[in-house]
Amino acid sequence: MSTVDQAKNAAAFIDDKTHERHLDQLLWMLRTKRDDAARRVPEWEQLRDLASKIKEHTLSNLAHYLEMFESRAKANGVTVHWAQDAHEHNQIVYQILSDRKADSLVKSKSMLTEECDTRRFLENRGIQVTETDLGERIQQLDDESPSHIVGPAWHKTTQDVANLFARVYGSDKNKADPVYLAHVMREHTRPLIEQAKAGMTGANFAVAETGAVVTVTNEGNADLSANAPALRICSVGLEKIIPTNEHLAVFIRLLTRSATGMAITQYTSHFRAPRQNGEMHIILVDNGRSSRLGMEKFWPSLKCIRCAACMNTCPVYRRSGGLSYGSTYMGPIGIIMMPTFDIRRYSELPFSSTLNGSCTNVCPVKINIHEQIYAWREVMEEKHQFKLVKKEAMIVAGKVLSHPRLYRMAADSMETSLKVLPRFALYNHFNAWGRHRDIPQPAKETFHDWYKKYRSQAAGQEVSR
Amino acid sequence: MSFRETILQNVRNNQPSYRELPAIPKFHSEQLLDLKEKFVEELKELSGEVVTEPPIDFEKFLRNRFPDAKAICSTVPEYAGNRKPEDITRWSDASSIDVTIVRSPLGVAETGSVLFSEEEFRVNTIGVFAHDIVILLDPAEIVENIHDAYGHPHFRDKAYSLLMSGPSGSADIAGTTVHPAQGVTTLTVIFWPMAAATKV
Repeated sequence: MSTVDQAKNAAAFIDDKTHERHLDQLLWMLRTKRDDAARRVPEWEQLRDLASKIKEHTLSNLAHYLEMFESRAKANGVTVHWAQDAHEHNQIVYQILSDRKADSLVKSKSMLTEECDTRRFLENRGIQVTETDLGERIQQLDDESPSHIVGPAWHKTTQDVANLFARVYGSDKNKADPVYLAHVMREHTRPLIEQAKAGMTGANFAVAETGAVVTVTNEGNADLSANAPALRICSVGLEKIIPTNEHLAVFIRLLTRSATGMAITQYTSHFRAPRQNGEMHIILVDNGRSSRLGMEKFWPSLKCIRCAACMNTCPVYRRSGGLSYGSTYMGPIGIIMMPTFDIRRYSELPFSSTLNGSCTNVCPVKINIHEQIYAWREVMEEKHQFKLVKKEAMIVAGKVLSHPRLYRMAADSMETSLKVLPRFALYNHFNAWGRHRDIPQPAKETFHDWYKKYRSQAAGQEVSR
Repeated sequence: MSFRETILQNVRNNQPSYRELPAIPKFHSEQLLDLKEKFVEELKELSGEVVTEPPIDFEKFLRNRFPDAKAICSTVPEYAGNRKPEDITRWSDASSIDVTIVRSPLGVAETGSVLFSEEEFRVNTIGVFAHDIVILLDPAEIVENIHDAYGHPHFRDKAYSLLMSGPSGSADIAGTTVHPAQGVTTLTVIFWPMAAATKV
């Protein structure tokens, strides 16, 4: 597959001012609410530190905890499967369903099943799959991937959803009201949940001590999907393991506050054993995780608890929308995870960042996201994944920035150009910065000029003393 | 080698050098907190409602609050209702329940959450498929925070444990939480001390 050009994909989203503004405002509101929620917890920074250390301990001892989880889950009556990659995972799911003649599946949102493209795999084999999370269902009906890992359809306006539901369900497209639209979804989805032969969920956490998988939802759809049908499948990425319930408490306190600013989700659900007269399967999925664990600079990305705080704070993500990344995981966390899946296809993603470090500052498990983004740029250069134009530009920039005189000449000529050149000459095809915003006004004097003046004055004062 | 062995071998080969597991301190407020007040405040944030005293006439209370309710499924001795979880043969049939009445063994002040398991629900779907839910909670069973909550034996022993914090909602359209989503449309907690005789 060809390299994803995030900047090019984002251009279309940015051109549509309505959507750009809508997403930017919505995500910044969530970022603000996250800050308020964090401030209300005096031990917030201590919790972040603990969460980071618990994850690092678990990942450094992962084989032990995986085996502990497996043995406890089996003792609880759960069937545990292991999948090396997406295809194996999907095959296992299909086998479980087809062996039991289950031709309809309701599932709650799971980024792992997005990663494995499980829905398409099952649908191609005649299984009816219904997403029960509202946002995920919107994206399913619109045949789009999720654009955000918490709110899959947040790039859409309420009117977009009203239009979609009018087209699919025949509802009133003039009623662009979230309450009305949530009712429409409930009416159409609940019967499918009631009739489904099997249910499927992901897992936010898997507790080694108890063998339980934990899901966190606002809608209760994981509880419906897991409890209504007697057959239940749960897909778990290897990195979701944590040692005990005592540790789970730390993550539950951080997760929702980081994601939306709420203290907790309406449903925090712990599934330890099959329901009465039911059957429960857990699939432990590697799909590149064990390899990433061995990457010296990049293994800490496995600490991620999928809160999306890094996405909500990222100025590039907020303005360009999640679909522009052309990947399962998007935004800052996507940038550092996706190249481990396909380095060529996602070689451009590490450049979709301003490296401002805000992502690292809000991360509840203290992943050094912006440092990893920079490190990925170095990898791309080493692996010759730079585009020729970018490479040439970097060579020129490297020369200019490493020679002070050359740099000052460039800065002076740029300043003069900005002052004298007409608009059409400045905003040309080669000016990527100016495509969607105005070039900043040049400063009256450069820092260098100011410093020279200040230093000479200071030197003069020194002499006169 | 099986998939399991291959995966575990890769993990063993690649896992980073050993890191210590930190001790989790007891996080408790330095000030004396009114746990009931905090619980009410937090649950309200998530659109749940709290009635702070047991109604004198519970039947009348339910009639006023849910005038159209016909199927009332009760698991508590305080009210008989006209359905029992055991009446449900197919678990998804719980969608025909208008109101579920159930007692929770634990409340969490920090988040306004109440705890359930198959012990309280008997059929798990009565708590999520019902149109509305009314929860009896002994205010003496409210703990300060999530750390305290996870000390409850349900999380170790039960097949299904649920911390429920308000009626189902969704912020998936335009980021503002609206109700209902797929689960219960309203959630009411009544502070109702457990009678000494039934408190084991």
